[in-house]
Amino acid sequence: MSSPMTPGIAAARLPEDTLAKNFTDLHAPLAPHEAAVAADRCYFCHDAPCVTACPTDIDIPLFIRQISTGTPEAAAKTIFDQNILGGMCARVCPTEDLCEQACVRELAEGKPVEIGRLQRHATDTLMAKQRHPYDRAPETGKKVAVVGAGPAGLACAHRLAMHGHDVTIYDAEAKAGGLNEFGIAAYKSTDDFAAREVDWLLGIGGITIKTGMRLGAELKMDDLVGCFPAVFLGVGLGGVNALRSAGEDKDGVRDAVGFIKDLRQASDLTALPVGRDVVVIGGGMTAIDAAVQSKLLGAQNVTIAYRRGRNAMSASTYEQDLAASKGVRLMFNAQPVAIHGNGAVREIELEHTSDDGTGLKGTGETIRLAADQVFKAIGQTLTTDGGLELEGRKIAVTGAGRTSRAGVWAGGDCASGGDDLTVTAVAEGRDAAMDIHATLMGSK
Amino acid sequence: MADLTTDFLGIKSPNPFWLASAPPTDKEYNVRRAFEAGWGGVVWKTLGSEGPPVVNVNGPRYGAIYGADRRLLGLNNIELITDRPLEVNLEEITRVKADYPDRAMIVSLMVPCEEQAWKDILPRVAATGADGIELNFGCPHGMSERGMGAAVGQVPEYIEMVTRWCKQYYDKPVIVKLTPNITDVRKPAAAAMRGGADAVSLINTINSITSVNLDTMSPEPSIDGKGSHGGYCGPAVKPIAMSMVSEIARNPETHGLPISGIGGVTTWRDAAEFISLGCGNVQVCTAAMTYGFKIVDEMKSGLSQWMDEKGYTSVEEVVGRAVPNVTDWQYLNLNYVAKAKINQDDCIKCGRCYAACEDTSHQAIAMSQDRTFTVIDEECVACNLCVDVCPVENCITMEAMQPGEVDPRTGKVVEKEYANWTTHPNNPGAVAAE
Repeated sequence: MSSPMTPGIAAARLPEDTLAKNFTDLHAPLAPHEAAVAADRCYFCHDAPCVTACPTDIDIPLFIRQISTGTPEAAAKTIFDQNILGGMCARVCPTEDLCEQACVRELAEGKPVEIGRLQRHATDTLMAKQRHPYDRAPETGKKVAVVGAGPAGLACAHRLAMHGHDVTIYDAEAKAGGLNEFGIAAYKSTDDFAAREVDWLLGIGGITIKTGMRLGAELKMDDLVGCFPAVFLGVGLGGVNALRSAGEDKDGVRDAVGFIKDLRQASDLTALPVGRDVVVIGGGMTAIDAAVQSKLLGAQNVTIAYRRGRNAMSASTYEQDLAASKGVRLMFNAQPVAIHGNGAVREIELEHTSDDGTGLKGTGETIRLAADQVFKAIGQTLTTDGGLELEGRKIAVTGAGRTSRAGVWAGGDCASGGDDLTVTAVAEGRDAAMDIHATLMGSK
Repeated sequence: MADLTTDFLGIKSPNPFWLASAPPTDKEYNVRRAFEAGWGGVVWKTLGSEGPPVVNVNGPRYGAIYGADRRLLGLNNIELITDRPLEVNLEEITRVKADYPDRAMIVSLMVPCEEQAWKDILPRVAATGADGIELNFGCPHGMSERGMGAAVGQVPEYIEMVTRWCKQYYDKPVIVKLTPNITDVRKPAAAAMRGGADAVSLINTINSITSVNLDTMSPEPSIDGKGSHGGYCGPAVKPIAMSMVSEIARNPETHGLPISGIGGVTTWRDAAEFISLGCGNVQVCTAAMTYGFKIVDEMKSGLSQWMDEKGYTSVEEVVGRAVPNVTDWQYLNLNYVAKAKINQDDCIKCGRCYAACEDTSHQAIAMSQDRTFTVIDEECVACNLCVDVCPVENCITMEAMQPGEVDPRTGKVVEKEYANWTTHPNNPGAVAAE
């Protein structure tokens, strides 16, 4: 067996039981007593700020009151009415930046009501007890194609199916779920939750999933538009930005999303290799997820190098603190300039940066960090635009996800606007579904 | 540190905190521990006549209601008087009193409504050396159905008669404990006074059903699928108890009759309030049953600190201080005008004041786009609901308007003079002011 100090990229740096412990739930589910105590703290605010802060507008005071009066199943219905992926959102939402940041008890005491964990308590309770809680409307005979089985596509498909439409979801991967399945830190979605949630969601009926179908390859936009009166694109961002540093092609340099995907799909964590000295380049959630999980797999030294200052980091303070608590070093104002090594990476050279108000510039001062593995987490890009108009680097949409082409909607990370969160994708998928529904029924 | 010593009916105790006649005072073990913990006195759990003791149910005897965080607000019970032999209780009382001569020891009694029954038991109680007796005319369940407890307390003539027997056959103070399960507490209090009672204590527990089990459709506490009303006590009954205490304190017929206040006393502040309404001391039960005997430490330190801050040097000085300010609605000053004021620095923007006022009251709070809540003086009637629902203490306050100012709601100048309903022009029975 290897250890955290084994040089190079190696598997089994930690014993199996330690790995299992490291990758259990980041937040254990609330036991009923804990849920009762947490729910008691909600003030049932008028026009509650937490609801305003929720991209899916979940009626949070109502669902918490339903928990506190002993009906977590009714609470779950309140949540699912707005957000059918409320189970996953309860696990992955940056609540510290959304509902919990807005909670009046955050203002009052610096301790918000634990909305995320209460949401999980409610959704877990219902999902464990009951099969799918919604009934499908009588079939309309209308067919809709949804491209991408991630949060946006699943939310859209569910809402459409509920209204009686016949939905076919196409996904490039071999498995549905999108980033929920492949892109989120393992300790946020334990026990195969993403897959179980998809199965549960499909309980509505009327949804067929076809995997291994990539837009622009096996799937053609014109064919879809020809076959379906409505098409929803929730294809996400499939590409990864390059570092554009010398030596980027050396062994041991890879995309953070690929690493996270391997980790999520691994059946045996002891077989998953990781470097001794890991450097993650980037400042978002993906960088944090990759860095923390490297550390949990047993890397000895893990550094996140971000080219701007702490305040500019898109990962929340909570996530930064999480990384720091796991032993990840956060390095600010450092940008990669070169990757050194003979075939495989041995060191990464970083240049310090500063911003005097005229833009970020390198100071010329560089340092080298030992690195046998480098993860790139500097953003993802749209890989296929389906011939649609773009806004910036995303598919341009107006209203509830309408693209430049009639009969084609888009939502989630691939579409303009939004903030690349699971919960935002769900809201956009849901709203596009309602617009598609209105359009289809209006044209009948 | 203020002197907490009290002299109630000549019975001295180091502080005004007595344990009420209830489970905590049912036996020597508990009472010794209570005295060690610092309680000023106890009223021993009610004794019955000689002979086979009563029996209690063998299932749950308490029910409860809760506030947030499962804080116990109200407790009810279906327990009866002591179910231990009379002789055992009397021996224990004798021993404990001998060991704690500085603490008040009162014996609660409930025997049938016959002169002989009282004549039999009183000498035996006197022999224990206890400082006095309390007549349990209040217990609302079990005993009342046998013609005792509340069944006596609900008939003033019986109260007077039994009290008189006790004064005749017992030479130490007699306290009559009153039931709240009546329409006018002044009547039984006056009856006790006529019978020669040295004091009244109140309130005993209130008839109640705390909850219904919706699976079994049985009231709780449930005994084999059935429930019975029990006696309600705890913080939830304090307002009822204080109102009844104040009625007796300000009734000319009973004014000055010593009162031992009972009903939801949980903190020093509760005790101070009861005392201000005319009680010479207080009796505590539910708070001890919820938190243990140790809570008396807080009661003593809190009362003492408050008395020091206010310059009171004895409990006696506080007794009845608030009584002159208890009046009837018709004498309240209708020229007093107040307005709610929201302190924006303390506001946490929950909007509960807005929801309460907008939905259920006077539409007197405005809400801005950025959730700033402000009072609309033109609409505010100073009802206090916003204060009551606000989660932050003192965030919303009621500010009195000064004479000469114009009330924006009525457009009228605030008058300096006091004026009440009895002289108000809208009152058909108004007495001419001139």
